[in-house]
Amino acid sequence: MYQFNYGYELLELTKKFNKPISEIVMLAEQERTGEDLEVIFEKMKKNLQVMREAINKGLNEDIKSVSGLSGGDAKKLYARIVIGNTLSCETMAKAAASALAVTEVNASMGRIVAAPTAGSSGVIPGALITVARKFGKSEDDMTKALFTASGIGIIIAKNATLAGAEGGCQAEVGSASAMAAGALVELMGGTPEQCLTAASFAIMNLLGLVCDPVAGLVEIPCEKRNALGALNAMICADFAIAGMDSVIPFDEVVETMYRVGKAIPSALRETAEGGLAKTPTAMRLKKEIFEKEKRGD
Amino acid sequence: MREFSVFDIMGPIMIGPSSSHTAGAARLAKIARKIADDEIKEVEFILYESFARTYKGHGTDRALLAGILGFDPDDERLPRSFEIAEELGLKFKFTESDEEAPHPNTVRMIIKTSDGKTYNILGCSVGGGNVLLKEINGIEVEFTGEYETLITTHIDKPGIVAAVTKVLADCNINIAFMRVYRHAKGDKAIMVIESDQEIPERAKEVIKNIDGILNAIILNPV
Repeated sequence: MYQFNYGYELLELTKKFNKPISEIVMLAEQERTGEDLEVIFEKMKKNLQVMREAINKGLNEDIKSVSGLSGGDAKKLYARIVIGNTLSCETMAKAAASALAVTEVNASMGRIVAAPTAGSSGVIPGALITVARKFGKSEDDMTKALFTASGIGIIIAKNATLAGAEGGCQAEVGSASAMAAGALVELMGGTPEQCLTAASFAIMNLLGLVCDPVAGLVEIPCEKRNALGALNAMICADFAIAGMDSVIPFDEVVETMYRVGKAIPSALRETAEGGLAKTPTAMRLKKEIFEKEKRGD
Repeated sequence: MREFSVFDIMGPIMIGPSSSHTAGAARLAKIARKIADDEIKEVEFILYESFARTYKGHGTDRALLAGILGFDPDDERLPRSFEIAEELGLKFKFTESDEEAPHPNTVRMIIKTSDGKTYNILGCSVGGGNVLLKEINGIEVEFTGEYETLITTHIDKPGIVAAVTKVLADCNINIAFMRVYRHAKGDKAIMVIESDQEIPERAKEVIKNIDGILNAIILNPV
């Protein structure tokens, strides 16, 4: 009764039952699994809790990735925010720092929520928790927004892909950004249509983004792209709430993302054989890390 | 169209950095530990393809050992698995292989238990933390560990499959998937049954006593 494969079906359900996207997604989950709504809600709340812990860890502790390639940048940006010295407004800088924090915790073998993937785990917490704090939203509001995000993610997973190896970074950070944008719109009281419009904008802005991790590790440039994905989600939510129209409907944008992903050469789809991964510096770093592994340091 | 739970999309909660190279590796090893079903004294991990090339940068080695220790993919002790294994006196070794494998993220786990048995288990991490077990002690199998799973080792002869499924039916257990694998006719065989319900311990004991059954183990969903 509540199942959906496409954005237009999800919107029809929200109209038919006069409920926001988050509730339709919860009801669909209940219908599929037979679990109590309360159990499903608490499980999602646990995700939120892990997201918050990862942000706090990344902003306050000295983080170093396993490879030694990255870490500590979230803390650096946070220090600028504390003294009120960032060029971007405080909310944007905080969202970026929070997204960075989660991805750095990820790279250092800390605990995160794959949202939708580990490589894009910073986008949704970065955008959602920062905005929710600014507007004094409750824990339950944020949890509901995570269901909205999941609903958008389910449609992308069904009709395109969430894997960088298949669709490039647009499929990971792009999808996460679309999920976050829709979540922010519902959090701020926008309509279901506006949620999907925001998600469309988010993917449109990141269409074609390649996946080119240095040394094949989820660090450079992934961590900064997570920050970008969080900021993109916020702008796109603003676009939609302001009443802008994406013109191209969400389902067509998702289909486009899949088509573009197929057209991205394999060297730029997580194989670390193209893009930044192929630069002389990246090749040198890869060799250093690889030799370190061989020696067993 | 494939069905997704919201928690396939928002989740799993896991120790980073990679769902396939870290979370999937931990799950594979945790399943192997359950198959060994006894105290593990020694383990060798043979890594293939992408696992062999990038295992340290992704913490695949620590995740595998954590799984052998019985830790879940979101257990914060995972990065310290080397130290913990050393404290427990568990010997471990990683070997990189140049050979081809069924999947880019493949590992062979050779496990020695305190009762002197050796288990040789091959598995792949197929993405998003999902795994496929491909081989147990030289016999090809295929299961995911997502369901309650009963694995029997038995002599390939008539009546065994019927006897086992009867025990399950008597316990009102619905079989979701079932496959039988064997070396050769009349030789050792493995049966993998994935069910919707939890399989009680007493069912396992009854199955173990069926004539021709050499061993039976139950894996709860990992």
